[in-house]
Amino acid sequence: MSTNPITWPEAEVVSRPFVDRLHEWVTTVDHKRLGLMYIFYALIFLVIGGIEAAIMRVQLSAAHNNFVSPQVFNQMFTMHGTTMIFFVAMPLVFGFANYLLPLMLGARDMAFPRLNAFSFWLTAFGGILLYFSFLGGNGLYGAGGAPDVGWFAYAPLTAPTFSPGHSTDFWTLSLLVSGFGSIGTAINIIATILCMRCPGMELRKMPLFAWLNLVMAGMVILAVSPLSAAQIMLLIDRYLGGHFFDTQAGGSAVIWMHFFWIFGHPEVYVLVIPAFAMASEIVPVFSRKPIFGYPVMVAATVCIGFIGMSVWAHHMFTIGMSSNANTFFVLSTMAISVPTGIKIFNWLATMWGGKIEFKAPMLFIVGFLFQFLIAGLTGIMLSIAPFDWQLGNSYFVVAHFHYVIVGGILFAVFGGFYYWFPKMSGKMYDEKLAKIHFCLFFVGFHLTFDFMHIPGLLGMPRRIYTYEPGRGWDAWNLLVTIGVFVQALSVLVFAVNLLWSYLKGNLAGNDPWDAWTLEWSANSPPPAYNFASVPTVKSRRPLWDLKHPEDPDWKYE
Amino acid sequence: MITLSNPGGSKKDCVKRSMLQRALLIVFSLVSQAFAEPMTFASPTNIFAPASTPAHSIYGLSLLVLGITACIFTIVVGLMTYIVVKFRRRPEDDDREPAQVYGSIQVEVAWTVIPILIVVVLFMATARVIASVQSPTLDNAVKVTAVGHQFWWEYRYPGLNIVTANELHIPVSDPVHPTPTLITLLSADTDHSFWVPRLAGKTDLIPNRTNSMWIDPQQTGLFLGQCAQYCGTQHAKMLLRVYVQSREEFDRWVREQSQSAHLSDTVSEGRRIFENTACTKCHVVTGTPATGQFGPDLSHLMSRETIGAGVAANTHENLRQWIKNPGAIKPGALMPAMGLNEHELDAVTAYLETLR
Amino acid sequence: MSAASATVPAAEFRWSPAVRGQLGMYCLIAAEAAIFTIFVVAYLFYLGKSLNGPTPREVLHFPVAMTICLLSSSVSIHLAASSLRKGRIGTFAGWWFLTLALGAAFLLGTALEWRHLIYEKRLTIQTNLFGTTYYSLVGLHAFHVVVGLVGLSTVLLLTLLGSVRRQHSQRVDVFALYWHFVDSVWIVVVMVVYVIGR
Repeated sequence: MSTNPITWPEAEVVSRPFVDRLHEWVTTVDHKRLGLMYIFYALIFLVIGGIEAAIMRVQLSAAHNNFVSPQVFNQMFTMHGTTMIFFVAMPLVFGFANYLLPLMLGARDMAFPRLNAFSFWLTAFGGILLYFSFLGGNGLYGAGGAPDVGWFAYAPLTAPTFSPGHSTDFWTLSLLVSGFGSIGTAINIIATILCMRCPGMELRKMPLFAWLNLVMAGMVILAVSPLSAAQIMLLIDRYLGGHFFDTQAGGSAVIWMHFFWIFGHPEVYVLVIPAFAMASEIVPVFSRKPIFGYPVMVAATVCIGFIGMSVWAHHMFTIGMSSNANTFFVLSTMAISVPTGIKIFNWLATMWGGKIEFKAPMLFIVGFLFQFLIAGLTGIMLSIAPFDWQLGNSYFVVAHFHYVIVGGILFAVFGGFYYWFPKMSGKMYDEKLAKIHFCLFFVGFHLTFDFMHIPGLLGMPRRIYTYEPGRGWDAWNLLVTIGVFVQALSVLVFAVNLLWSYLKGNLAGNDPWDAWTLEWSANSPPPAYNFASVPTVKSRRPLWDLKHPEDPDWKYE
Repeated sequence: MITLSNPGGSKKDCVKRSMLQRALLIVFSLVSQAFAEPMTFASPTNIFAPASTPAHSIYGLSLLVLGITACIFTIVVGLMTYIVVKFRRRPEDDDREPAQVYGSIQVEVAWTVIPILIVVVLFMATARVIASVQSPTLDNAVKVTAVGHQFWWEYRYPGLNIVTANELHIPVSDPVHPTPTLITLLSADTDHSFWVPRLAGKTDLIPNRTNSMWIDPQQTGLFLGQCAQYCGTQHAKMLLRVYVQSREEFDRWVREQSQSAHLSDTVSEGRRIFENTACTKCHVVTGTPATGQFGPDLSHLMSRETIGAGVAANTHENLRQWIKNPGAIKPGALMPAMGLNEHELDAVTAYLETLR
Repeated sequence: MSAASATVPAAEFRWSPAVRGQLGMYCLIAAEAAIFTIFVVAYLFYLGKSLNGPTPREVLHFPVAMTICLLSSSVSIHLAASSLRKGRIGTFAGWWFLTLALGAAFLLGTALEWRHLIYEKRLTIQTNLFGTTYYSLVGLHAFHVVVGLVGLSTVLLLTLLGSVRRQHSQRVDVFALYWHFVDSVWIVVVMVVYVIGR
């Protein structure tokens, strides 16, 4: 992660003043540095979002609790959701994509390095703007600055009548700005993957990580734009007297829901497909086998991308759509489970017959597989519209989507962290601390999110700052809260591990995992130019071919 | 506070240990409070305890889906466990790589076709329930219009000339001769959602849109629920109370409610204050100049068991406190503190208490 | 697992920026198309739902001159780009200037139409649903024309300063793609607002 002067190991390098080094980082267009900045940015907001979650959970640990006021609680769930989706998960996804794609493709940098930097700073600014809201502006009934309209900001709650003051505007503007950053990064990803592969790397030979990020980028372009459009409309309503969502003037509250969820549903695939990408890189290496069914994996992901754009109204089963509309969205939502299931089976088939090494990356990926399966099954339950009429907008849904995002995506991302940390830092992390992190996080996660399903089944809606005793929700809520603190502890262990290993860890070398894709042929950390000369590849696993010249992949693909 | 006598240790140890003891005591009391009720699934809002046809239909479908997903879970997790155990690297393993298998079309087809079949079965079962719940034949239905407000429920019975708030009374439905209730759902401000789990799934109340739902509860009793779509500060306290009554009791309730408010002479002072303050701008008391539409109809206030949409019991103290400062009971409620002095408060409370 | 570091065979290779630039612009066009689609959907959804006020039929007239201007500007920018590819800077500058002028004429037409609607027909963005959706959709398009004009002016300035050469023709092609997109959006807007909507 430092500037890596590697041309002559014996050369003396004068250490430059801090201001110079800071300036270098702030003005960088190097995809690796931008990737790292995205990741650090996300980790900081992970902690902030986690604190917001902890505040909510303490408030909900008992009925009629008084830890925070309803106004503050409503700000907490809005900020927690907005932060975690837009300023933790998206930056993590873009950070890893930025760092790894040129290295995996044998390229020198992304297609548009300056656009890359611009997109990062747009995203970063968006997050800061959102949090500035705590300092400025009035919210609902003058309750204080931060947005409190929920992360999906349903109309007409966001109309000037019901949200006087500026809290909603902070939400709108910060996401509009960071949305443009996301679109910029997506353009970059697509152009890099389609135009900058090294010779010999046809599309059908590039790593699955690249394929899946390509699908993700396509979805960002088609999905984030509707959100930007809806937010422009909301600004027109709030500031120019427009009536897009003004029900008093004949406007429709439902059309906001359609526009939002046309963004909101593909957004969750934008977040989960890169997690699939990480799993698709880690599972083969730690099972010592190639990914099972590469073409099918690509086809399944593309299917998920397409079908994912057609399921959005399953978030709207309770709004009174016709039975035909409800039935259609039940079918399209259920249909997505087929390619998703195919992927799970392919990962399992990769592990079948392998020699599985349970180092930290693989532990987290196995956790991901287990939890993503459960999340998918609760998703099937929710796809059944009548069942959703009971479970929708309840804690069952909250449990389901946290299972996907924390149990699925975050576990996979932690796996990715440990897998690529040696490459990014040049040092090896501490395996024992990593295993402690895994165990604590696994226990805390299940304590919180397994039991969270139950209050939903017992009738507890979401977004309530307190609840009535005597509904049978108390004990479950307390267990959920305890799990949060166990998870917090595990994240602390993770942070300590990263820091300690970066400063004092053993040198990792180029290829600590005996892996097969191009990034492992570069130095750890890679020099600014990535590769001394442009590589040529003949198969999906170029390093396997080099290590096993008697049995290269290109003979069998 | 527990102190531990500690002749051997240092003073710092002593303080640390007693703080730890205090922390443990707090945790223990929290935990035992939460677990005071037996940790069962008994709940008045349990979706698996249906008491009305829509809830029953959903319940049946949910059993099917839970059964299928439980099977899938068992099989796949069983597979995962087997793989993780059988194919792990053993210490005695040599460094040879295992057989490099790239894929298999037959296997891919198998695990594509079987999920498709499961999806087809689930979809057909679901489509049937959607149709039956969304297009019922409802004869002899009691018609109610529910209007969602921030943060209370207005109920109008158009055919019966009744307007009330927060506590919905409907007749029980005999399965042989059903008397369902058809609820039309409107909103006066933002989105809300009507969710009484034991009676039906939730349906949203959306401004500028007319939704409808139906229930036919087969048991008498009080059914609880609450608003299930975030609608602002006090979303959490927009509680639902549905009183399912026998036909006789319901008819009696209808007779009482459809009468004009009973106006008594003994509380004329309270009534005078009520009618000369801003109260009349928001509330209705039939037969008086109070014709405001913004807040609940108070004509038969004392027939209700709770106030503030279920937030507090309808007692003298609570009612008086509510009038004095609603924000003390329900911070964020839209009714302002009326700025009455103690004497005026007594008078107005006494007046309201005559509105049976 | 061995820690063998593998060196991959080298190759003769050059990445050409041309394809990247065009692809990037196509992706941007896709994103913008999605944004416009949402505004068009809102426009169509709210047709006939205004509670009061002027209706499209009463106040809208098919914008013949504006459309001719904008569509011709696509032709002129195409001619400009091919001139530059052949190295004829002077011809390029001429066609480029014409494109800028036609774009400016289009905006002038929009301004005149809006002045007529606001002052004579009393239709503003606040009047009713038609007003809101009309000004938003046409305004969003006009905003994109303004951005295009800023780009056109910048390139014209650079041309007059002598900085634009034949080797820049690929970048000009990428910009022309954007301009063609703005034109195609106008065709959609005209169909939706002035034909279907009335």
